[in-house]
Amino acid sequence: MEIYIPNSAFLGNINGFLEKIDLSNPESLKITANQKWVSIHPLVLCLIGALGKNIQNKNIHCDTLLAPSAHYLKRMKLFDFIGVTPNIKNITEHEAVGRFIPLTQVKNSNDLDLFLKDLVPLLHFSDNKKHVQSIQHIFSELIRNVIEHSSSSNGAIVCSQYFKKSNKISIGVVDTGIGLKKSLQASYKVEDDKEAIRLALTPGVTGTTSRPGGTAQNAGFGLFLIKSIAFIGGDFFNIISGNQMYKLLQRKNASLKLNGNPFDDRHSMAQVPFWSGVAVGVDISLDKTIQFSSLLDQIYGFYSKEVKGQKKARYKKPKFK
Amino acid sequence: MTEKKVLKIFKHAGSFAENKDVARNLRETFVFPELKNNGNITLDYEGVDTTTQSFTHALISEAIRKYGVDVLDRITFKHCNDDVKKIINIVVEYMQGNMDSPIS
Repeated sequence: MEIYIPNSAFLGNINGFLEKIDLSNPESLKITANQKWVSIHPLVLCLIGALGKNIQNKNIHCDTLLAPSAHYLKRMKLFDFIGVTPNIKNITEHEAVGRFIPLTQVKNSNDLDLFLKDLVPLLHFSDNKKHVQSIQHIFSELIRNVIEHSSSSNGAIVCSQYFKKSNKISIGVVDTGIGLKKSLQASYKVEDDKEAIRLALTPGVTGTTSRPGGTAQNAGFGLFLIKSIAFIGGDFFNIISGNQMYKLLQRKNASLKLNGNPFDDRHSMAQVPFWSGVAVGVDISLDKTIQFSSLLDQIYGFYSKEVKGQKKARYKKPKFK
Repeated sequence: MTEKKVLKIFKHAGSFAENKDVARNLRETFVFPELKNNGNITLDYEGVDTTTQSFTHALISEAIRKYGVDVLDRITFKHCNDDVKKIINIVVEYMQGNMDSPIS
């Protein structure tokens, strides 16, 4: 396999990076990079980490990294994660706390408990309290999806970065499991990866059952919630599975109406090199993102209008004391 | 009047109640047995800063499906902050909207 790390690969322009991935010869990995500048989204780091994780160290070759910004890859523990020691010029170590979560493997529920506790230090900057819940929810939902549905022995590969200049948190969560299509085919007739992505983002759909409302353990609501957080903040949300990538594009109008069908949102689809599992990238712009509490109001409104309004059923309220 | 059994969520799930394995255990060992015996329960969220819809779904959705919406008359949610209330409301709304047909 071969990967070229370009000078820039974020959720908006990730297509160029993906198009150049060569997945042939899966027993070896060659990593090259732009020699002048390297600036990439956590999703890209997770993808590289996931590809390198199952390859023997001796079969991973990394070119000398000349770009001054290549130290970022080391800081995010990419090379520790895949077990290689590349030649990097001009390394400058940065303090870990408060800025990023390096590449981390979360294999089970206990790992996730520890990860979520360690997550809080990342969010310790001045005005972030209102966003903590959104970030916690995103990681919890995405990683639990991997643990419960991916059938991957590697679990979830995750990392995150706070970008001070844009006041944005970027998140990547990737697995190398069975992918959305195979997972959903257990309960739904799914023709292709595009349909699998549509179903996965539709509230009420889970691979564990075709029964409306999900099972006792799965609601089929998590990815819709995460997409909604990105949508309301006007941020990107990318999901890759099989040979397709869905990209929620930044909102152009003021309407905050949530859509049950992800294809009704402003989005793009792209064919990508086949990814056996699921890869998700999300941006959360802290300047624009509303409080989590307001997001919950939006979602409640979505259900009240879109679902209850259609059914005219007798609804009960929970009792609070 | 039947005495209400109280479940302290914080004691089992911490301030960020998101672990669905914990929710499943609480469902199987407390929620279902009490409701099956026609009991009334209180889910006490004191100390819980936030929870997830997944945790809440795993905790109560099957009870709503199994015993019908009237089971909500026998469940009291106590010491919930506004966000926890909103998440519980979403899950209750979601389950009632999905009891006979899927969302499209």
